[in-house]
Amino acid sequence: MLNIKNLQASVEDKEILKGLNLEVKAGEVHAIMGPNGAGKSTLGNVLAGRDSYEVTGGEALLDGVDLLDLSPEDRAREGLFLAFQYPVEIPGVSNINFLKTAVNDIREYKGLPPMEAKEFLQMVKEKQKLVEFSANLANRSLNEGFSGGEKKRNEIFQLAMLNPKLAILDETDSGLDIDALRIVANGVNQLRSKDNAFVVITHYQRLLDYIVPDFVHVLYNGRIVKTGPKELALELEEKGYDWLKEYDTQTA
Amino acid sequence: MEELISRLTKNNMSTIVEDTLYQQLVSTFQELETVQEPADLTERRRQAFERFQQEGFPTVKHEEWKYTNLHPLTNTPYVLNADVNVDDIDVSKADIPGLDAHRIVLVNGQYVLAFSSLEDEIGLTVKPIEEAHAEEGFQKHYAAYADKSDNILVQLNTALQTSGLYIHVAPNKAVSKPLHIIHVATGDQPFFAQTRNLIVAEHHAEVEIVESFITLDAAAKNLNNKVSEIVLAEGAKVQHYYIQVADAASNYLQHTEVYQEQYSLYNNYNCNLPGASFVRNNINVRLDAENVESHLYGINLTSDKQFVDNHTIVDHLKPHCESYEWYKNIPQDESTAVFNGKIFVREDAQKTNAFQQNNNMLIGDKASVYTKPQLEIFADDVKCSHGCTMGQFDDEALFYLRSRGIGEESARVLLVHAFAFDVTTRFSNEAVRAYVEGLIAEGLEK
Repeated sequence: MLNIKNLQASVEDKEILKGLNLEVKAGEVHAIMGPNGAGKSTLGNVLAGRDSYEVTGGEALLDGVDLLDLSPEDRAREGLFLAFQYPVEIPGVSNINFLKTAVNDIREYKGLPPMEAKEFLQMVKEKQKLVEFSANLANRSLNEGFSGGEKKRNEIFQLAMLNPKLAILDETDSGLDIDALRIVANGVNQLRSKDNAFVVITHYQRLLDYIVPDFVHVLYNGRIVKTGPKELALELEEKGYDWLKEYDTQTA
Repeated sequence: MEELISRLTKNNMSTIVEDTLYQQLVSTFQELETVQEPADLTERRRQAFERFQQEGFPTVKHEEWKYTNLHPLTNTPYVLNADVNVDDIDVSKADIPGLDAHRIVLVNGQYVLAFSSLEDEIGLTVKPIEEAHAEEGFQKHYAAYADKSDNILVQLNTALQTSGLYIHVAPNKAVSKPLHIIHVATGDQPFFAQTRNLIVAEHHAEVEIVESFITLDAAAKNLNNKVSEIVLAEGAKVQHYYIQVADAASNYLQHTEVYQEQYSLYNNYNCNLPGASFVRNNINVRLDAENVESHLYGINLTSDKQFVDNHTIVDHLKPHCESYEWYKNIPQDESTAVFNGKIFVREDAQKTNAFQQNNNMLIGDKASVYTKPQLEIFADDVKCSHGCTMGQFDDEALFYLRSRGIGEESARVLLVHAFAFDVTTRFSNEAVRAYVEGLIAEGLEK
């Protein structure tokens, strides 16, 4: 599904990703862990198309389409979703209106007619249950005055509404208490299917107790230096990241 | 008055050779001797013109006109009050979908007709102001308010206005439909027009007025100096919309003077959209009794080299009044928006509640905003606040929306709607609100 080859990217001339390779197949969940500054969030932002990141080499194919050639909106329409680490507040844009615009813009891209209002509202009702999102929150301005946990739940609610092929969760667990974490993870688990895939970017193993990955990758200094089964996350939790330095020198 | 109009029309034939509008106006006024109108009005014209002649057109040296250079507009001659063939005037540019209203049309400042069965509205009087001299409301209120302001252009209007609207709403009368006043600019020679309106809402009367400004295709350059006086007696309610959708050929100088008595409510919604090259609004509200409420909302989306200047005065003269003002400017391209909002709270005006906010979103590197909130408070037990923000498109918000599959254009429209939301959400008329939101989307997409 997602095939990243030799991805290189920089911010303000500082090279962050230094030839990253990753392959994700439909139905899989991949966790990406690594120390601060390794390039975890950069990966999510580069894939989503934030323009402060400059791609200097490589490719990122989603079902054969190179995402890097597309505008952010077309990446989303092709089936990519980034759950933001810091979702922005947009006063004056209602959550529902925003979602309706997004759903219909994506449908238009796929040559589908706009969704009927009734069908749309039915879907809203159904999906907001996934993350225990109240109708009250859904009707408010986008993220305005939401708590940290509500914002993250809103990200997963949007994910459920847009039903992407590939979702990247960028430190979705940060700032969540244990109950909110359970709600968010539970939502994600219900959305897992054989047709979609998840890349979960996290610092901590804790989230992976709830969203159990098929693979754990260690991102260090702009590259994936180690890949293993879910147990690798536990090992990292125990040992920290210092021991990875030798990998870096080996591969350099 | 008929005669005055025809005289003025004739005059322009002879004065078109004058170099500047000022010279034209002077010679026009000198020739204006035998006018058939009440002597006190003629005397008023004379005094007003005297004042105008002393001061002339304001220059940028005048604090109130610092950013607003009239020179390019006034250093050229115009036809004054040209004859217009009004048979085939197409006013569809002013259409507001879903608005059921009485339509009243003015062409180049001259009252043409009301396209509606106004006679069914018992208690509502609408007539050309030049035919209203005998009306009690006219005699009591005409030139009683605007002329006290220090805007010299009001004097020019009082001296040489040729037409306009007189609207009177009888006590307790609630007008059943909005009055949609359409100001049309047209003509193949550059022209200068002066309209004078007087709107009187008697006690507990209610009326909604929507004024649209349009330019017909291929109209020559035109300058419109319009003055409106609006009087609200006790308990009256007036909702007043300005929808500026004229084209680049048109330029506007507009003075709105509102005088309010106790328990009255005046709401002004001032919407300026891409089109007219130059707009200067003076909107003054005098809260001259207790328990008066006034709201001034502004939404200004400008483009190309447009210049839109809104000067407002909210004058709290008596205690226990409330005013609320919120202006949003969104200049694009090389356009300029000016906001100057003065609030006076006079010594007597204890327990005043006055709020003012001005937010600006600049789109493009060459757009500019000049803003100046001014509060002058002479009472000590009042609640007043004002604020001003200056910003650009929020790139983070834009990226967030796009990352959800929303196209860049739609995302920008959503964000501008969000920015305008605080103002558009206050619109009392849903059809007008939807229309203006549509105009904003259109104005951004061009």
